[in-house]
Amino acid sequence: MPAPIRLRELIRTIRTARTQAEEREMIQKECAAIRSSFREEDNTYRCRNVAKLLYMHMLGYPAHFGQLECLKLIASQKFTDKRIGYLGAMLLLDERQDVHLLMTNCIKNDLNHSTQYVQGLALCTLGCMGSSEMCRDLAGEVEKLLKTSNSYLRKKAALCAVHVIRKVPELMEMFLPATKNLLSEKNHGVLHTSVVLLTEMCERSPDMLSHFRKLVPQLVRILKNLIMSGYSPEHDVSGISDPFLQVRILRLLRILGRSDDDSSEAMNDILAQVATNTETSKNVGNAILYETVLTIMDIKSESGLRVLAINILGRFLLNNDKNIRYVALTSLLKTVQTDHNAVQRHRSTIVDCLKDLDVSIKRRAMELSFALVNGNNIRGMMKELLYFLDSCDPEFKADCASGVFLAAEKYAPSKRWHIDTIMRVLTTAGSYVRDDSVPNLIQLITNSVEMHAYTVQRLYKALLDDISQQPLVQVSSWCIGEYGDLLVSGQCEEEEPIQVTEDEVLDVLEGLLVSNLSTPVTRGYALTAIMKLSTRFSSVNRIKKVVSIYGSSIDVELQQRAVEYNALFKKYDHMRPALLERMPIMEKTATNGPTEIVQTNGETEPSVLDTKHPPPVTQPANQANDLLDLLGGNDVVPVIQTTLPTKPASAGGELLDLLGDLSLTGGPAPAPAPSVPTSQPPFLLDGLSSQPLFNDIAAAGIPPMTAYNKNGLKIEFTFERANPNPNIAVITIHASNSTEADMTDFVFQAAVPKTFQLQLLSPSSNVVPALNQGTVTQVIRVLNPQKQQLRMRIKLTYTHKGSPVQDLAEVNNFPPQSWQ
Amino acid sequence: MPLITSICAFPLTTHCMQFMLLFSRQGKLRLQKWYVPLSDKEKKKITRELVQTVLARKPKMCSFLEWRDLKIVYKRYASLYFCCAIEDQDNELITLEIIHRYVELLDKYFGSVCELDIIFNFEKAYFILDEFLLGGEAQETSKKNVLKAIEQADLLQEVRHITESAWSDSV
Repeated sequence: MPAPIRLRELIRTIRTARTQAEEREMIQKECAAIRSSFREEDNTYRCRNVAKLLYMHMLGYPAHFGQLECLKLIASQKFTDKRIGYLGAMLLLDERQDVHLLMTNCIKNDLNHSTQYVQGLALCTLGCMGSSEMCRDLAGEVEKLLKTSNSYLRKKAALCAVHVIRKVPELMEMFLPATKNLLSEKNHGVLHTSVVLLTEMCERSPDMLSHFRKLVPQLVRILKNLIMSGYSPEHDVSGISDPFLQVRILRLLRILGRSDDDSSEAMNDILAQVATNTETSKNVGNAILYETVLTIMDIKSESGLRVLAINILGRFLLNNDKNIRYVALTSLLKTVQTDHNAVQRHRSTIVDCLKDLDVSIKRRAMELSFALVNGNNIRGMMKELLYFLDSCDPEFKADCASGVFLAAEKYAPSKRWHIDTIMRVLTTAGSYVRDDSVPNLIQLITNSVEMHAYTVQRLYKALLDDISQQPLVQVSSWCIGEYGDLLVSGQCEEEEPIQVTEDEVLDVLEGLLVSNLSTPVTRGYALTAIMKLSTRFSSVNRIKKVVSIYGSSIDVELQQRAVEYNALFKKYDHMRPALLERMPIMEKTATNGPTEIVQTNGETEPSVLDTKHPPPVTQPANQANDLLDLLGGNDVVPVIQTTLPTKPASAGGELLDLLGDLSLTGGPAPAPAPSVPTSQPPFLLDGLSSQPLFNDIAAAGIPPMTAYNKNGLKIEFTFERANPNPNIAVITIHASNSTEADMTDFVFQAAVPKTFQLQLLSPSSNVVPALNQGTVTQVIRVLNPQKQQLRMRIKLTYTHKGSPVQDLAEVNNFPPQSWQ
Repeated sequence: MPLITSICAFPLTTHCMQFMLLFSRQGKLRLQKWYVPLSDKEKKKITRELVQTVLARKPKMCSFLEWRDLKIVYKRYASLYFCCAIEDQDNELITLEIIHRYVELLDKYFGSVCELDIIFNFEKAYFILDEFLLGGEAQETSKKNVLKAIEQADLLQEVRHITESAWSDSV
């Protein structure tokens, strides 16, 4: 049998293929040859063959038949074999395949090999892809190597230990003794990896964190030496000494100083020093400054230091390098709640970033701009934001529109300005406005009593121009239905009243009914509006005719409405005026409508590319208190306040019986149904069935579960399904405390993956009494439109016997009925 | 549900590099290093999507983008894109430095490295990467030390093969 062709020869050959088919043919031929070679158990060329297989695997071809061969290579005594064997294992094997466990013994032997490069291969492989079982078996070996004086091995062992801890957190304790003098190493590799290891341990365990706090002075010293020491060619990057190590130390300091005054105090000086002395001309210096800023903002630093940090970010915003600007905006977004005034100073620069070419920068600038809007700058800011809305990409429009509405609601200087702003949004970005904005706006308009005439006039004019943007059309129809009398009587004070006749108005509304551009929902609005006008206009006959025509509409919804309105004309004509009366002012029972976000270190980063399921608007959170320390912003989900639906004051309770579910006012529900934006159009019927009446436990029988039970704190979840929206699960947490001391300042926080939305209502109390004498309850509502498996990460903080306790946990054991 | 979310959003790691991909301007993969366990199918899907996304970026855009719930840091060196996926807490700017350091190492090793070097010597590109990063973190911050280790390991291949000739012949 001739020797198998060499790797580079094969690569050369394959690259000459002119078509995909030709390539496939070559590959198949070579694979066949390799397979027979494997069958012959050829030791000499196994290495060469596996290498070729790895190349073909990278091109996308299957290579699973080489898995066992990799194991044989690893077991070989030739270094070349081992090198390729381990590489193959890392590329072809993963912990899902049982085959990988066969590696364990080889790795164990190689961890004890006489040649450090072999030991290195084993450590690298284990640290890269070791499964939990492998980690359990080999943790002892890793721990041994962590104590060796050989820095080449020690640094690898440290990172391997990090991996072991990530896979099997319970093993963390065993590495503790070996960490004793890690920081006294001179070798930068060991130092760097040691800091990584310490960071991992501190982030996973509050006990470890307290234990390692004493390292702060040592870390400060090491950092100081790095900054003050002269040029060190080995570690120099553009004049900075070992930036990688500096950044890592800064991050560890951040974790150690986080909730600790003394540690924060101890690192104050060095942070100021790094912040002022680091060279900013290159990316590397800015990387260190960035990390420094993150640390300053996260620990208990004094205000002078915080201002220094914000100013660094402000300078970043002016940097030519767009990467730096991007990073600045991200960080400012995190700090805008806690250091609002400092960030305000950079407002104009931030607003300029709205015009940046980069999509990510624009998005951050938009979010930050909304966060900076306040009563003083509302007019100026809104001008900029509306201009942005006009010209931005479609992916931004929905969020921007929602943001504008919310900001306007909070800070509108006058009702007229408010209505004008809404109009502007509806006319320029009308098709991107969220469905739930329509009822919100209607409520707003209803409550601005003195502006009714002006509003209906403007909306009418807008309709004349363009009937393609559905939200605009819907709001306009509704208003015309309500205030049509003001329109034709020309009562507008704010601007020149227009002359319009009843027939013209009815023409427009009927136009909506027949237009192809109108959605069924819009048609519903139009028909109801026409009906309402029967008590406001005199041309009742025309209206009767229209309504009777639609009594035989193919659209069931329209048909039902028309039939019922017809009935109103015929049998119940005496009730008609009362039924179609002007809407009263609606109370908004929620506190301050705007959506709030549970912050994760202040991050509020929606996915830019997730255009299929647009995230609800990320509004500036107005809680500076809780920074969720959970995994990044991955799970950050807007927590939306409930606006409890209110029923309009009806003209007579008995009407409900006669008309069943028909909306009393003929319009959409005044207040939004659970304010979680759903993609369901606001049908009359849905809106009316208010929560209290129809809160049947359709999900009766979902078993409760214990979500958390540690250190005497037990948290149970009980479930309900909220009708009418089957996508919402209502979870009530019950926290109880079996220890002898109360748990005070108890705060429960939760986060869910991006496809869910979460709403956390107020807890019953923040003290969990001792010895199970009572429970703290809190309601969570989870919207799960994609019906995905529910998962949650929770964070618990409380004070127990005088010391603060904090814990993170994952809750994965939700019963299937809670999310299906 | 996005694949990465199902794996990476929930392990309790707060910061790590999840994977590194090298690909050409035509979207051909030249190196893939995964630091999280995923099936071959999932890796292929992620690679395909990410390559498409990065290649669609215009030159004026910044080196960072949000993708699923990860941060992607990428930089083009000549005809090769170097692309890293990091988690939310990680420092993007220092990741750029990590990428740059790796390129420098390759450059020193191959002598003015170009894409062809990485195509024909992909296994060496992996060896160098594995001496620089371990489990997604830098294990050695001195360029000199990484290159020295590679050099010694290369020698070891030759010394142990007294019956065979040098590496390039045996493979």
